[in-house]
Amino acid sequence: MSLYRDEGVVLRTHKLGEADRIITILTRRTGKVRAVAKGVRKTKSRFGARLEPFTHVDVQFHTGRSLDMVTQCETIRPYGEPLVSDYPRYTAGTAMLETADRLTLGEKEPALRQFLLLVGGLRTLVDGSHEPRLVLDAFFLRSLAVAGYAPALSECARCGAEAVRAFAIVAGGVVCGNCRPSGAAVPAAETIALMIALLRGDWEAADASEARNRVECSGLVAAYLQWHLEHGIRSLKHVERGVAPSEFR
Amino acid sequence: MYEGVVQNLIDELGLLPGVGPKSAQRIAFHLLSADPADVKRLAHALLEVKEKVRFCRVCGNVAAEEECRICRDQRRDPHVICVVEESKDVVAIEKTREFRGRYHVLGGAISPIDGVGPDDLRVRELMARLADGEVTELILATDPNLEGEATATYLARLVKPMGLKVTRLASGLPVGGDLEYADEVTLGRAFEGRRLLDV
Ligand SMILES: [Zn+2]
Ligand SMILES: [Zn+2]
Repeated sequence: MSLYRDEGVVLRTHKLGEADRIITILTRRTGKVRAVAKGVRKTKSRFGARLEPFTHVDVQFHTGRSLDMVTQCETIRPYGEPLVSDYPRYTAGTAMLETADRLTLGEKEPALRQFLLLVGGLRTLVDGSHEPRLVLDAFFLRSLAVAGYAPALSECARCGAEAVRAFAIVAGGVVCGNCRPSGAAVPAAETIALMIALLRGDWEAADASEARNRVECSGLVAAYLQWHLEHGIRSLKHVERGVAPSEFR
Repeated sequence: MYEGVVQNLIDELGLLPGVGPKSAQRIAFHLLSADPADVKRLAHALLEVKEKVRFCRVCGNVAAEEECRICRDQRRDPHVICVVEESKDVVAIEKTREFRGRYHVLGGAISPIDGVGPDDLRVRELMARLADGEVTELILATDPNLEGEATATYLARLVKPMGLKVTRLASGLPVGGDLEYADEVTLGRAFEGRRLLDV
């Protein structure tokens, strides 16, 4: 029997029995942890809303035989509260949580970079300075990079040639005219530039992008992400493009 | 593992909400030793509920007829609709005796991570009920947790062009809980203190 303490972001929760929940949480040091929170669904629960998805919490766990148990919990920052009153941001946020969950395969395998990306992504989403879909696509691209699946964006993914023409998911990014498989998408050069900006965190360039390039970028990033995960990200089809890009110029 | 039919029963019971493998086993062995007449009554009740109970064509609440008891009641205020996630929330609110309007049961809450979006709930039916302008106030009584709040946000935004008064239950209700666990006093107060929702 041992206690350990960590901070983490609650990714999702499942009902367990009458009043408990199983909490999936991505922690800074321990990696992904699944733990039981006793009595959390009762209105008098001492955990209250602290173990709801999106909440950045400081938690104490008790190591159990199959699942650990949450014994104490303090809120560091409740990202859910501001997100939930803005539907497009909320749906973008749920896609982030689901992706972080899916990209951290093993439980209790440290995933510090993914954790930092998630916290950074949620913070950016909440502060409202960029269009939610751009924040989401940046998060997707960087998460893929952390998982070792960064798409090639400036040189041909197959031969390294510099003159690229198309984007082929199966090839792992942009490809040149010679390496281009049939059926590869041919996005605008500005769309590839937007993907590069998002991957690098160049918000000035990303915020200045045109709406049609954002739409194209979102489509490519989503397809690329889903191809690298065994099955799709369920939240993705509910993500809204709620805000006109012009509001973020 | 037990003989086919017994294990079969345990497996079926284990699919019920809140019933773990241990409880399923306990219930199964209770049934095995129970009086056959008692078990028949239980089996009959299970079948009857599936045969006779349906969902109200107006509000989606469980009903014994085409329309539920509340929708048929002419004394209920037709100008106010209270939107809830589940039929059991109707029961919880009825117990407070605070509310004399009508209900709309969504059949759940928006939960993108579970693949549940607005189209999977009775949102279209709600919009149809609001179309003729008779309803002037919408009370959003979805659960005071993240999914319930997101559902309320979505609905408030959706009906905004209709110019209705849109309110949300006040949070005397602790956030994170299920509405059904709130006691009558708390739930009643939450009704009194409902607030305008402006998105
Ligand atoms: Zn090439
Ligand atoms: Zn009804």
